[in-house]
Amino acid sequence: MDQLFVVLKSSVVQLAGRWLPEGALPFVSMGLTIAAIAAAAPVIMMYLTWLERKIIARMQNRLGPNRVGLYGLAQPLADGLKMLIKEDIVPEGADRLVHSLAPVVAVVPALLVFAVLPFGRNMIAADLNVGLLYFLAVSSISSYAIFMGGWASRNKFSLLGAMRGVAQIISYEVPSVLSIVVVIMVAGTLSMGGIVEAQAARWFVFTPWGFVAALIFFLSGVAEVNRTPFDMPEAESEIVAGFHTEYSGMKFALWYMAEFLEAFAISAFTVTLFLGGWQGPAIPLWWVLFGSVCLVATARTIPTVLRVLGVVACVGSGVVAYLANEAVPSWAWFLAKTYGLVFVLVWFRGTLPRLRVDQLMGLAWKFFLPLTLINIASAALWVAMPGPSGGVLAGALLILSGWWLIRLNNPAPLQPRTYLFVE
Amino acid sequence: MIGIGVLKGLWVTLREFLGTYPAGRWLLTRLGASTGQGLFTIEYPEVKQQHAERHRVFPFLVYDASPDNLRCVACKICEQECPPQCIHIVGPAKDEQGRPLKAHGRTFPVKFDIDVSICMSCRICVDVCPFDAIEMDNAHELSGFDRFAEMVYTKEQLLKSNEYFQQIKPTEASVVDQRLAAKAAKTAMPPQPAASP
Repeated sequence: MDQLFVVLKSSVVQLAGRWLPEGALPFVSMGLTIAAIAAAAPVIMMYLTWLERKIIARMQNRLGPNRVGLYGLAQPLADGLKMLIKEDIVPEGADRLVHSLAPVVAVVPALLVFAVLPFGRNMIAADLNVGLLYFLAVSSISSYAIFMGGWASRNKFSLLGAMRGVAQIISYEVPSVLSIVVVIMVAGTLSMGGIVEAQAARWFVFTPWGFVAALIFFLSGVAEVNRTPFDMPEAESEIVAGFHTEYSGMKFALWYMAEFLEAFAISAFTVTLFLGGWQGPAIPLWWVLFGSVCLVATARTIPTVLRVLGVVACVGSGVVAYLANEAVPSWAWFLAKTYGLVFVLVWFRGTLPRLRVDQLMGLAWKFFLPLTLINIASAALWVAMPGPSGGVLAGALLILSGWWLIRLNNPAPLQPRTYLFVE
Repeated sequence: MIGIGVLKGLWVTLREFLGTYPAGRWLLTRLGASTGQGLFTIEYPEVKQQHAERHRVFPFLVYDASPDNLRCVACKICEQECPPQCIHIVGPAKDEQGRPLKAHGRTFPVKFDIDVSICMSCRICVDVCPFDAIEMDNAHELSGFDRFAEMVYTKEQLLKSNEYFQQIKPTEASVVDQRLAAKAAKTAMPPQPAASP
């Protein structure tokens, strides 16, 4: 089970080897990987919209999409169809070429970062030895796309949104990169596969510097992909829809796709860098399958026939998994953790109101940036002094400096005003 | 302490999220926490909301006993008073000589059309009607595909029995019935001259 996709791919390549010359096989292998990512990304995006709408709805005591298909599962398809056949409006006086190019420029880097993501054991499209650097370089292209889109629309709201977006992305890039430095220091490699393997003994999030870095990286990531509470570039109450005000139809869908893929990528990279990637405790697979039997059996919305079939399938595969002594596969761990973080993103959106611009910038420059610098020192202590004393020192340094930074950023609250000359 | 507010807010949304699932409610009760408000969605086409008796949407014409015995005498007060002017009345019906035709002792309209797409459900027509001939209905599924063929309700479509009125709005209907009965009693018994000794 663990190597399911790897075995699948190599067998397809072997099958192709019967007809194709030897030299073509690496290209077949590459093409298969690219095709898998390119096909999975839109599906991930479509079902992220469904997931987001469902979770938000439940937080607001609603049901969410439930009309198209079971649990509204066909809703993303219906939305996609609607987007495809909608009229594409380009504003008068817009820079037509750049206006059409911008959503593409937004989607391509969002797809490209998936190349260095280790989805499971041996499941990485390209284990570059500079994987992390590649991720940082490619993911920051999205600020160009946002500014292109905002500028080319010839709309004040778009331009304002784009400028906010660029300011925000550039500001949060700094703490985001500096928080990753500690991972590179401890793992001693920039390769994503290497970083995951360095966490075999202990996930980085369970160290003091790792915990702080994970928080900063994730929150900066939330800000970089313009999600609530950092969604100033598309603040509806102020600037309509920000940089994508003038987009409709499939171009708008592409903006959304870029946004959701980036949100997924941020969750996935947080998992890879700090939450152990595809590593996970060896829980027997049949436990999970037994749990899903309970879920399927108690789901009242599903027709009885499907429920019986689902229970039979789960029990059958559970018995097989028990006999084969299978553990939960590595890619399942990776996806479970990533979707856990996606849930956190949606949870933020369901809870937190939008920040002010000065609060947003203050958080990046006055809190995250100094804290990441101190965090690097803390990780240095950890590396230099192996053993409990280093850990205690590193933790104490972080707690003290965190407390100090909070104090610095929050001057004493204003006292009730006393009026001297008014009686 | 800074940040506690954010955590509290996150807990509220998480609680409401969990409280919409049976397993989540079980978990929350085990934790001793409030289970939130739960789902309040009414899945509309399958489940219909129970409306209050005073809920009103669109007027209808009341008839007693049989559809030709409608209370409306085509006085056109409602047509004049209607703020969006969605009522159109032709009548009262007349014969060739121009004398008003009567059914059950009353004149009656030839045409009585109300445009449902213009009506704003204000109930002024009901208030101004001296004969209690028009009342508010609570049926609200009034959508159609054709602007004029389906959205303009004719007299035949508007006519509904007094029993229907009593069924949808018992309180209001009984008040109207009492008023009409009192009026009928007054006209049936002309004032008696004082008995001379």
